[in-house]
Amino acid sequence: MSAKQDSVDDLVKAGYEHGFVSQVASDTLPPGLNEDTIRFISGKKKEPQWMLDYRLKAYRHWLEMNEPDWAHLRYDPIDFQEISYFSAPKKAGDGPQSLDEVDPELLATYEKLGIPLEEQKALAGVAVDAVFDSVSVATTFRKQLADVGVIFCSISEAVHEYPELIKEYLGSVVPHTDNYFAALNAAVFSDGTFVYIPEGVRCPMELSTYFRINEAKTGQFERTLIVADKGSFVSYLEGCTAPMRDENQLHAAVVELVALEDAKIKYSTVQNWYPGDENGVGGIYNFVTKRGDCRGDRSHISWTQVETGSAITWKYPSCILRGDDSVGEFYSVAVTRGHQQADTGTKMYHMGRNTRSTIVSKGISAAHGQNAYRGLVRMGVKAENARNHTQCDSLLIGDQCGAHTFPYIEVRNPTAKVEHEATTSKISEDQLFYCRQRGLKEEDAVSMIVNGFCKEVFNELPMEFAVEARKLLNITLEGAVG
Amino acid sequence: MLSINNLHVEVEGKEILKGLNLEVGTGEVHAIMGPNGSGKSTLSYVLAGRDGYEVTQGEILFDGKNLLEMEPEERAWAGIFLALQYPVELPGVNNMNFLRESLNAVRKGRGEQELDAVAFMKLVREKAASVKLDEKLLKRSVNAGFSGGEKKRNEILQMAMLEPRLAILDETDSGLDIDALRIVAEGVNLLRSAERSIIMITHYQRLLDYIEPDFVHVLADGRIIRSGGKELALELEDKGYAWVLEENAA
Ligand SMILES: Nc1ncnc2c1ncn2[C@@H]1O[C@H](COP(=O)(O)OP(=O)(O)O)[C@@H](O)[C@H]1O
Ligand SMILES: [Mg+2]
Repeated sequence: MSAKQDSVDDLVKAGYEHGFVSQVASDTLPPGLNEDTIRFISGKKKEPQWMLDYRLKAYRHWLEMNEPDWAHLRYDPIDFQEISYFSAPKKAGDGPQSLDEVDPELLATYEKLGIPLEEQKALAGVAVDAVFDSVSVATTFRKQLADVGVIFCSISEAVHEYPELIKEYLGSVVPHTDNYFAALNAAVFSDGTFVYIPEGVRCPMELSTYFRINEAKTGQFERTLIVADKGSFVSYLEGCTAPMRDENQLHAAVVELVALEDAKIKYSTVQNWYPGDENGVGGIYNFVTKRGDCRGDRSHISWTQVETGSAITWKYPSCILRGDDSVGEFYSVAVTRGHQQADTGTKMYHMGRNTRSTIVSKGISAAHGQNAYRGLVRMGVKAENARNHTQCDSLLIGDQCGAHTFPYIEVRNPTAKVEHEATTSKISEDQLFYCRQRGLKEEDAVSMIVNGFCKEVFNELPMEFAVEARKLLNITLEGAVG
Repeated sequence: MLSINNLHVEVEGKEILKGLNLEVGTGEVHAIMGPNGSGKSTLSYVLAGRDGYEVTQGEILFDGKNLLEMEPEERAWAGIFLALQYPVELPGVNNMNFLRESLNAVRKGRGEQELDAVAFMKLVREKAASVKLDEKLLKRSVNAGFSGGEKKRNEILQMAMLEPRLAILDETDSGLDIDALRIVAEGVNLLRSAERSIIMITHYQRLLDYIEPDFVHVLADGRIIRSGGKELALELEDKGYAWVLEENAA
């Protein structure tokens, strides 16, 4: 039986396809963090005083905070002085006006990642705001979006062009005081995306941003803010992948969503950052704060995530269900293999009446992977007739991995109802033999079983993304068999 | 077609098959009977190539080729099909989808074209009707929550789809009521042909009322201790296994 076990392990030892480093000259700040670092970043971006003040306030608050240690994760302490807080690809002139002006090396990188930045995306109806290291380098379809009044630009740009919106909404969902990593992000955020959908507008295309970490020792502090005004709709796709690196790289992003009355935001993520090598060396530390505020009545926020990458994932996309009849959803697939660790889940804060939330979490652990689901459902005092349904399933591949579930439920209104279901299953030798007897190769059998397990979540992804996610999952779990 | 010579098999260090010989010719139907724990399922697993069954001596030739060198899926492509005594559940894997993946994998393995969606659907409808399998079961997860009879019929459906050259049915009759047994037997009889061989492992004579074997063997203590025509099954039914075992010991 132990020989058998080895082959299952081989199966999950797939190489990391996106491990390469592109040769783009960078304008990188030396490692270190103090008030001057923050002034430098702000200065580089020619930010107004109010923005610098905001950063400094966050920084000073961060200095007073302690790193959280409650997650089911083990890692060496992060030395925040060892990290470089700014890096930008060199640009000729004032930045590219079209794709022709984009560094060909950069485009080649996206090409390798299978991100078609060119016309194919136009045909597919996707606008791309590509974040390479810390500065946005290419934005397409802006005009088409502008015609319907949709704003889709980098945060840096928005600070200059839409200061009123930024002042009103930035930090309004995730305040700089929220948690250690959110405070750090507020102080040093490099760039990110701003989206505003005006009242009654259905965004005519899926909006998509690809993130990529490229510089050694460059922390990435992306900031995303999406505001959906009354009765509007937007579907936003976030996809990430990073080149092979030896040193751990910190990623501490903040994503804020605001949905006003009758608005809906669908936020989908496929995350494939470098997970570290077979021995657990290297890989991305992914400490992300994602939160959506269903501020208006009947508003709706839906998070869907497929997490296959990173050495460490610490991530709880959450919904504040403030408006009456508002709806929050969380659909998640998290895969850990090798020595990856994930502590992920969601928080649903029911504040309004008749608020509804659905949580579907699928955790897959292989090899030495450790997967923890951590979810909080809080039914507030005024959450009359609020409902939550949680389905939390774990799938184990091999004997050395682990799955852990930490559901926290707080009910303060007697009319609110919370349902929680959890299962743990294992891909058994019986199942693999059965599939092989029916002609399937072992790796195809594993991917079929895994895809079946994840179906409910994949169904929530936009079509194109679902295909990508399935492919990614197969790459993640396939390997040289035997 | 199949030639098993002096087969010795160990499971977890314990010898289960102890010098088994069996010849199955093309187009023949063989029944293997024997008491519980005699090694019938073990034989079926060894033929299908399951891990953990160690062949310590002997050989198995399939169409003259060394079967023991082939991976389980390669055996499936070559036309070996095993209907399991306890079919495995695959939660989340759509039954229809599984059938398509399986059929196309086998066709690919045989160097044939994959079936397009339309041709596949037509085939699956036709075959499902022939084993009276409710089409609703095609939309569910493979075997998950199926009744015993539904699981067995699903196995027969897979067999009908894959059109194997050698079908091994491990106690496909057990746990079936008489109607289900009749349906399963009809499914098997439909597959009977001059090019296809069938090994039926069964504990009871009653399946043989519906599927008439050419040969009957008694497997006991890891060996075929007696072979004969279909009348041997009737004799066993009458006198029980103890009779052959005693005769054998004598
Ligand atoms: N995986 C296994 N591990 C240990 N012993 C086994 C295993 N499979 C079968 N055996 C043993 O091998 C013998 C034959 O079993 P089996 O082939 O299932 O018999 P049958 O199908 O004729 O009832 C039994 O004694 C059984 O306990
Ligand atoms: Mg048996």
